[in-house]
Amino acid sequence: MIVDAILSPEFLNAALRATTPILFAALASAIAAKSGVINMALEGILLFTALFGVIFSSAFQSAWLGLLVTMVMGGLIGFLLAFFVLRLKTDAILAAIAINLIADGATILILLAVSGDRGISSSINSIIIPRITLPIIENIPFIGAVLSNQNILTYVSLIMVVLVHIFLYKTPLGLQIRAVGENKDAAESVGISSDKIRYISLTISGVLASMGGFFLSGGYMTRFTTGMSAGRGFIALAASAMGGNTPIGSFLVSLLFGGAQAISNILQLGTLPHELVQMLPYATTLIGLGLYSYSKMKKRQRLTGK
Amino acid sequence: MSQIVLQMNNIMKIYPNGVVAVEDVTFELEKGEIHALLGENGAGKSTLMKVLFGIESPENGEIILEGTKVDIKSPLEAIKKGIGMVHQHFMLVPSLTVAENIVLGVEPKKNSLFTDEEKAIELSKEIAEKYNFEIDVREKVEELPVGLKQKVEILKALYRGADILILDEPTAVLTPQETKELFIQLKKLKEKGHTIIFISHKLDEIKEICDRATIMRNGKGMGTYQVKDISTAEMSKLMVGRDVVMEFDKKPVQLKETVMRVRDLCVTGTTGIRRIDGLSFDLKAGEILGIAGVEGNGQGHLVEVLTGLSDKYQGEISIFGKNAKEYSIRELRDSGMAHIPEDRMTLGCAKDMNILDNMFTNQYHKPEFSGRVLLKNKKLEEKAKELIKEYLVKCKSYKQNVGMLSGGNIQKVVVAREFSTDPKIIIANQPTRGIDVGAASFIRQRIIEFRDAGCAIILISADLNEVLELSDRLAVIYKGKFSGVFSNVKNIEEVELGKYMLGIKRDDNLEGIIYEQ
Repeated sequence: MIVDAILSPEFLNAALRATTPILFAALASAIAAKSGVINMALEGILLFTALFGVIFSSAFQSAWLGLLVTMVMGGLIGFLLAFFVLRLKTDAILAAIAINLIADGATILILLAVSGDRGISSSINSIIIPRITLPIIENIPFIGAVLSNQNILTYVSLIMVVLVHIFLYKTPLGLQIRAVGENKDAAESVGISSDKIRYISLTISGVLASMGGFFLSGGYMTRFTTGMSAGRGFIALAASAMGGNTPIGSFLVSLLFGGAQAISNILQLGTLPHELVQMLPYATTLIGLGLYSYSKMKKRQRLTGK
Repeated sequence: MSQIVLQMNNIMKIYPNGVVAVEDVTFELEKGEIHALLGENGAGKSTLMKVLFGIESPENGEIILEGTKVDIKSPLEAIKKGIGMVHQHFMLVPSLTVAENIVLGVEPKKNSLFTDEEKAIELSKEIAEKYNFEIDVREKVEELPVGLKQKVEILKALYRGADILILDEPTAVLTPQETKELFIQLKKLKEKGHTIIFISHKLDEIKEICDRATIMRNGKGMGTYQVKDISTAEMSKLMVGRDVVMEFDKKPVQLKETVMRVRDLCVTGTTGIRRIDGLSFDLKAGEILGIAGVEGNGQGHLVEVLTGLSDKYQGEISIFGKNAKEYSIRELRDSGMAHIPEDRMTLGCAKDMNILDNMFTNQYHKPEFSGRVLLKNKKLEEKAKELIKEYLVKCKSYKQNVGMLSGGNIQKVVVAREFSTDPKIIIANQPTRGIDVGAASFIRQRIIEFRDAGCAIILISADLNEVLELSDRLAVIYKGKFSGVFSNVKNIEEVELGKYMLGIKRDDNLEGIIYEQ
């Protein structure tokens, strides 16, 4: 029964939708990781930008202008993290934890100040990014039902997989990012400023994550609710790590986690206790990471055993 | 031929911890020569070159390049001025291709946005062909053998227009065949007008390809010579000769029971090269076994396996009659092993902790210093004060961070800790390197006292003074094997010893290194 449900085009359509925010954040994580910094602040950035999306789209009464400003804000948070880590020499993990904790409290405070409510942004008339149907594709059986009628940002996220891939592997800046992440000394010995590269990477990382944040409250849902990022930033970290920090790999693993999220959404309607069902995406992540580490360990053993 | 391209005059470099790495050295380079910079590890060769390449700034002295005085503040400036350096540890990005590594930082562009991969490959091929380097520029660097990686490094420097090429111990990681190939390449580079600085301590190699040699010892210049006019024996004497003769009162050796027995020990390094290659020896209580040798001939790996830091070895090590693999490091230490590590800053101490904390890292768990839950701080403080007094550690109090002390005093803290446990075996690796004469002679005196009290000691040192003065038996290690063993240390000629250290001479009969089969 569940298998039938999973193979239905409706489910796959929902899975793709659930994948979108994770995918944006996973791409953000991949770029940061390629430059040699783990961006653990993704969770906080998602939450912040989910709120900013609601506020700015309402302020401009335009979803697109709201998205643009939200992306700038996301970039700023990424830049701020870089500033803490590179200039003030804070530990990257600690700085990220600080940003995540601040996000928890500050979003509630800002929401309260703007809307007078501390739980949900119902009183803000925010504008969301619409869904669109794809001409021609929508008429293909099965595939049409899966791919068409998605949010524009879902399509953008898929395009981003390609763009980030091109950026990392086909441009000089991408080459330098990878060089800095892999051997900082080598990059510096030929005159590349590793700090500069990391500032750029973390800023781009923030911008990408902010698109995921905007989607959460302006596409996936139509409102901001407190804590709505719900661990997706951390799931994305796992996704990009398991995907070898490549855009394509991150995409594939994000699909898996998005799928788990979608299953959990469906099962909540059933008879299983919903606490158990809600655990699914996180349990999938944990099991996925475990299997990934195990296979890596085996590979290492094979290599050293020689 | 004799146009001078580079002069480094009266260069002085003192590191923040007070070590004088280079002292008033003058170095001169003629266009188109291969110039050897010769000296033992720690003699200051690398530091001198780091000054030239802009990695270290000198306290004193001037650099004159092509007749104009220059101030090189960073490697980037050095590169722009036509100086290239091939580091001992390669500065390559493993997952990138050869071509990508070569153009990194100065990538050719396409549509001003994308990397022009075709162009990068083309340019890399061009430069490789120009200098007859056989290499597939599309291959990933991580898949290349070491010899080829080095070629990539050289090509990288040439691509950036290096006229002067500094090679830091280029043959250290190469097989004999790769070395041969490298030398052919270097000669070609020379023909094309490049000037090469060849840092090494291998005399036969210098004889083979160098025109002139500048010799360094203990941070000082020992002169520049035409290689064809100087014999290897003379070079080795200049390189490792003794400065001052110190005499210690030593009682005649009184051998007791065997405490360590090593048979056919082999250690393979991460690169697959045998670092220790079939060593056997015995060590008895009451003696000092000196192991002399130029650094990097397996001493580090030997110490690692003897002290239990690594158990990746073949062969047999037994300590106090028990297989060494059966001991944990703590059991080994509790049974009486002390270890003075080669590098006091990485293995010897925690520099951000205070003297007291550093003095008891090996015994804080003992009932003498710790109750069931809490440390006995009073006891620790008393003992720390005692040790500071006994070992003449110059400090404000035991609360001072170890990192604030001078090198010699840090070493004294390490030695005080290691010697305060009443050890039965001491493994001392370069116990007096880089510290002042007073501290050094204090530590040596202590080592002798312990030997007289019946402790077994392995003394590993590149300092000939030290091993000749202290050892009861002396073995010379060369490329992971003992090249010679001397039971009568007093009669050793230092020039002779130098020959063993540099692998010019080696004995097959190592009589006296093991006591009984």
